[in-house]
Amino acid sequence: MKHCLSLAFVLMVLWLGNSGHYSPLLLSLGAFSVVFAVWVSHRMDVVDHESQPLHLSGHISFFYCWLVGKIILSNIDVVKRIWLGNKAISPCVARLPLSQKTDMGKVIYANSITLTPGTVSMDIEGATVLVHALTAENIAELKDGEMNRRVADLEL
Amino acid sequence: MLAGMVTVLSSVCLLLGAFLIISGAVGVLRFPDFFTRMHAAGVTETLATTLILLGLMLLAGWSIMSFKLLLILLFILITSPVASHALTKAALHGNLQPLVNENNEQ
Repeated sequence: MKHCLSLAFVLMVLWLGNSGHYSPLLLSLGAFSVVFAVWVSHRMDVVDHESQPLHLSGHISFFYCWLVGKIILSNIDVVKRIWLGNKAISPCVARLPLSQKTDMGKVIYANSITLTPGTVSMDIEGATVLVHALTAENIAELKDGEMNRRVADLEL
Repeated sequence: MLAGMVTVLSSVCLLLGAFLIISGAVGVLRFPDFFTRMHAAGVTETLATTLILLGLMLLAGWSIMSFKLLLILLFILITSPVASHALTKAALHGNLQPLVNENNEQ
């Protein structure tokens, strides 16, 4: 039930934010489409803790703030290496452990790895993720496991 | 005064974003193989788009336009890593071997 309400809220904000017309006719049409969309998704059985991860919402904003800082730093690093040329990079591949228990946690971790320039997650097998990195330092930093730990903390 | 500062700030954001996009393009041309080029493309799809959309948001001010720009930013930040992951995974399963530095062989 609370997942349906959260979906309805998200759809409502999207509709209000994108329409810009607030006449009674259009508002009621909007309300109708929100209710219809929630009903269809409920019937399709896709409204659950995975499509509406309410249990993460509280902690995830802190994680994203931290991630934005990380992304800015690694952007600067990658841009520096782009202009220095091919001698500045030493690409490598490593298999790193995943300590997340849920699929959602694994997806957040793999996406965070890919979102940070300099590291791309290539494949997930069981409890490991295959990572390609632009330099050995990038892999060493991931091996320290700060990002891994922070994502695992989100699951609690 | 304030309007002037906002214009300057948004110009700085737009110029920095444009510089990062050029850097990303240079990286895509310069780097040796597919996987390293993905990293260069990563620059354009994270900080560069964020800065350009932020610059545009500053120009648009508190309006419905800014909200739409924010939505574009969110969708790009959510979908681009998925696309990058799908591309690298496809390359990996197509037996494209990543170029690996000899010093980092593990």
